[in-house]
Amino acid sequence: MAAPDPGRRSRILQGGFGPLTNMSIALVSTFVFLLVVVLLIVNAPGWETVKQSFFNVGEGRDTFPLVARAFLLNVKMFLIAEALILVFALVIAVMRGLPGPVFFPLRALAIAYTDFFRGVPTILVIYVLGFGAPGLNLTGVPTNPVVWGVVGLVLVYSAYVSEVYRAGIESIHPSQEAAARSLGLSRAQALRFVILPQAVRRVIPPLLNDFIGLQKDTALVSVLGSVDALQQANINSAADFNYTPYLIAAFFFVIITIPLARFTDWLIARERRRRQAGGVA
Amino acid sequence: MSAQGGLVVEGLHKSFGRSDVLRGIDLSVAEHEVVCLIGASGSGKSTLLRCVNLLEPIDAGRIVVNGEEITAPGVDVNRVRRGIGIVFQAFNLFPHMSVLDNVTLGPRRALGLPRAEAEAEARDLLTRFGLAEKVDDYPDRLSGGQQQRVAIVRALATRPRLMLLDEITSALDPELVAEVLEVVRGLAREGMTMVIATHEMGFARDIANRVCFLDGGVILEQGPPEQIFTAPREDRTQQFLARIIAAGRM
Ligand SMILES: Nc1ncnc2c1ncn2[C@@H]1O[C@H](COP(=O)(O)OP(=O)(O)O)[C@@H](O)[C@H]1O
Ligand SMILES: [Mg+2]
Repeated sequence: MAAPDPGRRSRILQGGFGPLTNMSIALVSTFVFLLVVVLLIVNAPGWETVKQSFFNVGEGRDTFPLVARAFLLNVKMFLIAEALILVFALVIAVMRGLPGPVFFPLRALAIAYTDFFRGVPTILVIYVLGFGAPGLNLTGVPTNPVVWGVVGLVLVYSAYVSEVYRAGIESIHPSQEAAARSLGLSRAQALRFVILPQAVRRVIPPLLNDFIGLQKDTALVSVLGSVDALQQANINSAADFNYTPYLIAAFFFVIITIPLARFTDWLIARERRRRQAGGVA
Repeated sequence: MSAQGGLVVEGLHKSFGRSDVLRGIDLSVAEHEVVCLIGASGSGKSTLLRCVNLLEPIDAGRIVVNGEEITAPGVDVNRVRRGIGIVFQAFNLFPHMSVLDNVTLGPRRALGLPRAEAEAEARDLLTRFGLAEKVDDYPDRLSGGQQQRVAIVRALATRPRLMLLDEITSALDPELVAEVLEVVRGLAREGMTMVIATHEMGFARDIANRVCFLDGGVILEQGPPEQIFTAPREDRTQQFLARIIAAGRM
């Protein structure tokens, strides 16, 4: 039997007509689709009012630099929170995997922690910390709401991320630990050099997914009154009786999250290709 | 500590839940001796080897390696394991590490050798076993036979005086078995003390000083290979060997 022509096979799989034609069909169909949507919206009876309040060019031009500067605070909170979460969540995940009766209290603590912080709404944690902690008037306790907002995000997201890590750790076959221990490595060394490197590599896509959520949720810290992109949009919107600043803020969040999402997809696709090529997990 | 080499197992019991896998194993292996364990699948060969490497806690009995009772309370298991090499049926190489890193992990992290020294030794070992070109490759780039040879080198890298081989050719394509067995023959010539669980009866016959037949959780019969393979005393041994011959493996 003749080997199947690879071009023919991929055409069957994709249900198309070859790469170039496929691309132009995709372009045309996207364009037509967008045109229909835009025409529908623009011809809607209330369009003029909506245009004035959401797509006001003058308002947009005036508030863009303000929102942009405020958005830097979101980026800063995101980066700091992310670094802390990566470390803290790993500690929780490892605590939860400690063996034997001696470590029962630590395991129980880790379980209670993840259960609690995955159950409570993020905004509630931020409220309680942001208004409660500075109110204690303890010396050394920061009063800056941004700090408490970030602490809240770290507490909540670490609960999710530690579960992601744990799934990764449990996906590594026990024979890997046996091989490491048989060389004379301690438990901790086996974890550090053999299990965690493989586990973390496996969970990078779901980790990035959680970070897309985190990036958006930095906006929740605005409930404490700090001036991030959302709060700045609030201020300008209230002053000018116009909603355009909200769209500007949305624009900033999206230009960060969309590349992250595409990058995650790319990693997942690469992992899948690798698995199919190697034939082993 | 290392006065007399070798391995002594006395009255070893091991059960998983309610299944008694090892029910009083007595076995002694002299220094430089090669002992092959044969027995049906599920007879406990792997479990015995894992117990000797302290990878499984035992229920009763004692194990003495190189004159030291390794099953005594308070023994440093990490130190004990460094002196015993084990090679597994499924290779169990570390897929995220190059061949060189697989081999140097033990020396660097368990023996505490500096990186340069560990790598120089590992390169020497890999060259001796025909793997010089593979040092920078990752395990998934290697054939099964090459992977298993790397696993043997990895186990040798901590300079063990006792090697445990657990059906190391069972997961290999038939044409790759010979290259791995050749490596084991080389180790035997150098005088390595070895306990080898195997289904390769021809190999057991010409490498073993002694063959032990494991059945029902005990060593039912043991002796020199000529005696076990040509004149087994026990019915169970005869039946087992008849099945092996029927399967065309001898
Ligand atoms: N970790 C384990 N938990 C439960 N049962 C096990 C475990 N390891 C081995 N066994 C059982 O112990 C018996 C002996 O297994 P094994 O030592 O692997 O035999 P062999 O290597 O001779 O084929 C088998 O019945 C197997 O199912
Ligand atoms: Mg086995």
